[in-house]
Amino acid sequence: MKEILDKLAEKFGDAIVETASFRGDETCVVRREKLLDVCRYLRDELSFDMMTDLCGADYPDRDLRFEVVYHLYSVDKAKRLRLKVRVPQTEAVVPSVCEIWKAANWFEREAFDLFGINFEGHPNLKRILCHHEFEGHALRKDYPKNRRGKVPTPDPLVDPLLCKEGEGR
Amino acid sequence: MFLNLGPSHPAMHGCFRVLLELDGERIVNATPEIGYLHRCFEKESESHTYTQVIPYTDRLNYVSPLMNNVGYCMAVEKLAAIDIPERAKWIRMLICEASRIMDHLVAVCTNLVDIGALTNYWYFFNVREMIIDWVEALCGARLTTTYTRIGGVMRDCPEKTGAHLAHCLKEMRKAIKDVEGLTKKNRILIDRTRGIGAISQKDAISYGFTGPCLRATGVDYDVRRAHPYYFYNDLNWDIPVGLEGDTYDRIFVRVEEMKQSARLIEQILERMKPGPIMISDRSVALPPKHEVYGSIEGTMAQFKLVMEGFAPPAGEVYSYTEAANGELGFYIVSDGGPKPYRIKVRPPCYAVYQAYPQLVKGHLVADAVAIMGSLNIIAGELDR
Repeated sequence: MKEILDKLAEKFGDAIVETASFRGDETCVVRREKLLDVCRYLRDELSFDMMTDLCGADYPDRDLRFEVVYHLYSVDKAKRLRLKVRVPQTEAVVPSVCEIWKAANWFEREAFDLFGINFEGHPNLKRILCHHEFEGHALRKDYPKNRRGKVPTPDPLVDPLLCKEGEGR
Repeated sequence: MFLNLGPSHPAMHGCFRVLLELDGERIVNATPEIGYLHRCFEKESESHTYTQVIPYTDRLNYVSPLMNNVGYCMAVEKLAAIDIPERAKWIRMLICEASRIMDHLVAVCTNLVDIGALTNYWYFFNVREMIIDWVEALCGARLTTTYTRIGGVMRDCPEKTGAHLAHCLKEMRKAIKDVEGLTKKNRILIDRTRGIGAISQKDAISYGFTGPCLRATGVDYDVRRAHPYYFYNDLNWDIPVGLEGDTYDRIFVRVEEMKQSARLIEQILERMKPGPIMISDRSVALPPKHEVYGSIEGTMAQFKLVMEGFAPPAGEVYSYTEAANGELGFYIVSDGGPKPYRIKVRPPCYAVYQAYPQLVKGHLVADAVAIMGSLNIIAGELDR
């Protein structure tokens, strides 16, 4: 497993901010600018063909407040890797990896819905778990647990079907 | 033309919605909408101790709640580097396999009911009732099991577990024989499910499919074999795999998996030996009652654990088990305190339901329902 982190460090040098190993899990923090290159390299050269999970995390004490965590898996080699990208609140934009792993679609929508992290290049970045008129981003640490929202009107859902880049097209 | 299916609809297995764009009766496109059952599991878990989160995990995949309990406790134990006693591991394997059978029973028979094969529902639900009677004897509840604890399980197996489960498995095999006889070579079922909702291996992996939906396409990835936990490596069992990744394969991969789970349960019951079911580390596990009432250390340990909770070291882990629908993952971030900093549940059906627009495109409206059932989407798990 160490070889994967070593190969990444060798190929991408500076773009790898830090690596860690804890309880058998290998983690690699990458700079946002090189994220797509690293992901393509992982998928094509190191056969990480499945992205099992993508989620956001909020660390309000840090400058780079939001973290997007990718859990990657290689079905052939049975290897796992955790990839992370950190972004500040003022510029919470991360390139979307939908083209690399189709699984990213809804997971990125959820990170947008619950944290407000924008994914550049996502075909349909709408809220997914909260209703479409929800205000705020629920899983941020400063969103109070007990806030009651207003009752929403139903979402007609027709827009993504009519727009050229909607789901399924 | 647009047709809205759900969220309240007899063929929607739970609370979620699909808007279909039709051209006559052919589906041109589909947009799913989820979130009707979003109960903020992840937000709630940030203000509860690790043990207080366990009842919330029952409600994730509410058809096989014991598996969620096991998955979550395994994740916390990985974080805190706790090794549970041997009997606890055997019991957890036993409840996982029993839950897997229960989940597949529901998935297959509800799918068949949607297609129109009504009798199979009763054959399978009868068996499910027998297994649920055992679960009720085990932990007192049918759905809100909350059976595992961090460091082991709550209570040992009831007496006569061996006989009870042996009877359930015998009835299950009879029921499977009846259902297979009615469906496997049934012309109507084959016409309604062969070639419907097929997906290629490459697409399935890219979408993050795991579990029976992935195995139906031919990829033999099963967490229990690829990354064995507890004693799965020591037992004899096979991974059933489909050929074409369509609805027919998804149904019968589940039926075959039930047979394999039955094999596993029999081996587990044979090999399980008596022993402790909870670790004795008092900073993690509640002390036994005679210590709580009899010694000051016991009382203090009980008080601290209940009021404050136990604090694993700071760090993050991703732990995964093979749940009925696929790889159920728990990503837990700890800041060293008694409450988790962040828990993310990776639901297996979230990745699968994403592919729904691709699976139904070009099919008829009736196929939309058949495909939906074969994916076994459980709203509790999907929305958390």
